[in-house]
Amino acid sequence: MYPIIHKEFLAPTLGKFIIKAPFIARKRQPGNFVILRVEETGERIPLTLVDSDPANGTITLIVQAIGKTTKLLLTKKAGDVLTDVAGPLGSPTPIENHGAVACVGGGVGTAELLPITRALKQAGNVVYSIVGARNKELIILEKDMYEISDRLFVTTDDGTYGRKGFVTDQLKDLIEGGLGIKAVYAIGPLPMMKAVANLTKNYGVHTLVSLNAIMVDGTGMCGGCRVTIDGQMKFACVDGPEFDAHKVDFDELIMRNRTYVDLEKISIERFEQEQVKLQEALS
Amino acid sequence: MNYVNPMKPSERMKLPRQHSIEQDAEIRSHNFKEVSYGVNEALAMQEVQRCLECKDPVCISGCPVSIDIKSFIQYILKKDFVGAVNKIRESNYLPAICGRVCPQESQCEEICTLGKKHEPVAIGKLERFVADYEMQHNLFVPPVIKESREEKVAIVGSGPSGLTCAAELAKLGYKVTVFEALHAVGGVLRYGIPEFRLPRNILDMEAERIKALGVEIITNFLVGRTATIDELFDEWGFKAVFLGTGAGTPTFMGIPGESLSGVYSANEFLTRVNLMKAYDFPNYDTPIKYGKAVAVIGGGNTAMDAVRTSKRLGAEKAYLIYRRSRKEMPAREEEIHHAEEEGIEFVLLTNPIRIVSDVNNWVSGIECQRMELGEPDESGRRKPVPVKGSEYIIPVQTVIEAIGQKPNPIIQQTTQGLDVSKRGTVVVNEVQATSREGIFAGGDLARGGATVILAMRDGKTAASAIHEYLLSKHNGKKQAIPEPFAELTVA
Ligand SMILES: Cc1cc2nc3c(=O)[nH]c(=O)nc-3n(C[C@H](O)[C@H](O)[C@H](O)COP(=O)(O)OP(=O)(O)OC[C@H]3O[C@@H](n4cnc5c(N)ncnc54)[C@H](O)[C@@H]3O)c2cc1C
Ligand SMILES: Cc1cc2nc3c(=O)[nH]c(=O)nc-3n(C[C@H](O)[C@H](O)[C@H](O)COP(=O)(O)OP(=O)(O)OC[C@H]3O[C@@H](n4cnc5c(N)ncnc54)[C@H](O)[C@@H]3O)c2cc1C
Ligand code: SF4
Ligand code: SF4
Ligand code: FES
Repeated sequence: MYPIIHKEFLAPTLGKFIIKAPFIARKRQPGNFVILRVEETGERIPLTLVDSDPANGTITLIVQAIGKTTKLLLTKKAGDVLTDVAGPLGSPTPIENHGAVACVGGGVGTAELLPITRALKQAGNVVYSIVGARNKELIILEKDMYEISDRLFVTTDDGTYGRKGFVTDQLKDLIEGGLGIKAVYAIGPLPMMKAVANLTKNYGVHTLVSLNAIMVDGTGMCGGCRVTIDGQMKFACVDGPEFDAHKVDFDELIMRNRTYVDLEKISIERFEQEQVKLQEALS
Repeated sequence: MNYVNPMKPSERMKLPRQHSIEQDAEIRSHNFKEVSYGVNEALAMQEVQRCLECKDPVCISGCPVSIDIKSFIQYILKKDFVGAVNKIRESNYLPAICGRVCPQESQCEEICTLGKKHEPVAIGKLERFVADYEMQHNLFVPPVIKESREEKVAIVGSGPSGLTCAAELAKLGYKVTVFEALHAVGGVLRYGIPEFRLPRNILDMEAERIKALGVEIITNFLVGRTATIDELFDEWGFKAVFLGTGAGTPTFMGIPGESLSGVYSANEFLTRVNLMKAYDFPNYDTPIKYGKAVAVIGGGNTAMDAVRTSKRLGAEKAYLIYRRSRKEMPAREEEIHHAEEEGIEFVLLTNPIRIVSDVNNWVSGIECQRMELGEPDESGRRKPVPVKGSEYIIPVQTVIEAIGQKPNPIIQQTTQGLDVSKRGTVVVNEVQATSREGIFAGGDLARGGATVILAMRDGKTAASAIHEYLLSKHNGKKQAIPEPFAELTVA
């Protein structure tokens, strides 16, 4: 059993959790994630380890509500317990001093990017960060990213905050701006990571992306998270989740991630009906 | 034991072999309840009459853990069912499981004397009967642990090898902790073998009995990541480690179309259904997708389980595609027979070469090539060779690959000095010691895919070796690490 120590909303559909998980807290490295199950009948879902506090034995997760499990998780509060949390999983991000790097986060991907950005800064890099989202409300962790970056740029698709446009517009300017950017770390929705990969390929700038394949065990046992990298089959949970962006078959992964859309819809509709009933019963 | 069956051997030989009571094939192919109810008391009493009580009970040498089969049968003859199960438990701590999934026909029953001219004694069914009897009547009494020892031993993986090793060491008085990566114990018994062959309450009960010996089980703990083996020694204070992490990593055929939606490894398919209970979606959250027609590739137990599971989920056509003939299938005979009864369509001497899709990237068919049997290969089985121009497409919406597994490399990659074979198995000697002092290994991790009972035997052998190792350490003697001998291989 894994108790929730602290919970807060960063945005209406975005929650931050501090959870007691001492073994995981001790071993977390940037790029690692956990697989958790909220309750006995629940699904196992992967979430990035945004931070950890080994002394207090806690880990930090940031969750965006998009389907049944993440929405259910957001209904949980301090004092509640999660049935299972396993980790730290995945290969840690290779952190080097490249000189200057760009860290690009889209949506909840910014949360996943935060520990990597911090590690890159600590390794001595000059860090240019770009945080993007659809609108102002969905921009997260701006302050945290600001503190660990040499420069921070914000973009929104609708222009409600920061520069109007996509993170790739800003990234293009940075690469062309003669800052000597040697590597790019990009985490966000698949179409965003694909766009970043296409852009940086033109400039020959080494780029890493974190692939959010559908996972079950997270230990290399099912092969459900398989992705194609440079024509080779890799398991995102153990070989990744980060891969050389220029070698990823994004279209294949985008297709694979749609496998369960109809069933996910059944799940979420049922969950929302239950929530309504629960509210009615309470009032 | 002085009970003597009053019947003459010639009379006993005339008695027919008793069979399990089973759910009707048509009904059971639509539910997840256990296929076989086993034998009841009356049938068991008839079956034990058949045993010839051989002076040289060869059956025992056919059992990988040397259960004293003759004696346990005599207990049953005396109607002392608890005596019988306790006799079994001296050699095998998981009788309710082995009685269900052990390939008896190629072990104890294969060499049973009665089987030479007649059908062998139904040893597996009897084993299951006494284990179930004890459970139904709540008669289990945990063995008394006579000594308590200081040393802590870590067991990695809660499959049959790990659980057996844990039980044996706990009985010797050691403090034992089992680390399991998943949220539930049992290994393949939990996520691979379906409920209709091994009900979960049986598995839960056997796991409880291991805990009753004082064994601590920590789930959600992936050794290599949550802590490394070296940390288990240096920081956690374990004095010896047994690795029983199995061979869980699926292999794929490498044919075009394997990334399409609707293609599963058997492991993923079975894990979703068994561990995550996807058959009860949306009461359980994990989804599974299967079409009206499902093709499973392979001929082993895993393939059989996947194809029978597909049928139960509701597939109208469930094909099993295998490149050799029925005779060469590695699956247990009973499972092949059950699959046939349940209406599984066997597509034999056929090899898939490509998976084809519709416009939405969903599987729409599997292209196959007919095969014919050529010369025998190294394994003695006749090698299938493709028939030119025989390609054709079977329309299916789901493809499940069950062509084999290899060990998960996480521990091997994070532990220095552990010898690993080309196939990825950990190299062990005859007492299951690895190339590193204090680390032992067994089960599928050391053998590649094998069986439950062989995994258990390795767990037992390792437990004795760990005991000796710790005793010798205690006396200040160094462990003699025997030469690693040629890898054990099991077809
Ligand atoms: C390595 C990794 C790290 C991640 N880190 C974070 C994070 O820090 N914060 C965060 O909010 N999200 C993160 N995600 C995504 C998160 O796992 C999914 O949002 C979540 O699984 C969706 O589940 P659901 O039931 O709420 O939605 P569903 O309705 O079930 O699914 C919505 C979509 O999410 C994806 N998805 C569904 N099930 C899974 C699954 N078991 N594994 C992976 N993806 C799935 C599919 O593309 C699906 O279409 C990460 C994913 C991966 C692979
Ligand atoms: C579908 C299927 C059907 C089968 N049917 C039969 C049958 O009818 N009869 C028969 O005799 N055999 C059968 N087998 C084979 C049999 O199940 C295996 O040989 C046996 O389970 C091997 O046992 P094991 O203890 O070596 O490992 P496993 O049962 O594989 O268990 C290994 C455990 O270790 C855990 N683990 C792995 N890595 C780590 C780590 N780093 N840290 C912590 N935990 C870890 C895994 O999660 C797993 O729980 C079948 C196999 C399959 C897949
Ligand atoms: S464990 Fe298996 S081989 Fe041994 S007696 Fe039982 S069924 Fe036979
Ligand atoms: S070999 Fe067969 S007949 Fe002889 S003792 Fe064993 S079970 Fe009985
Ligand atoms: S999630 Fe199962 S192998 Fe990666």
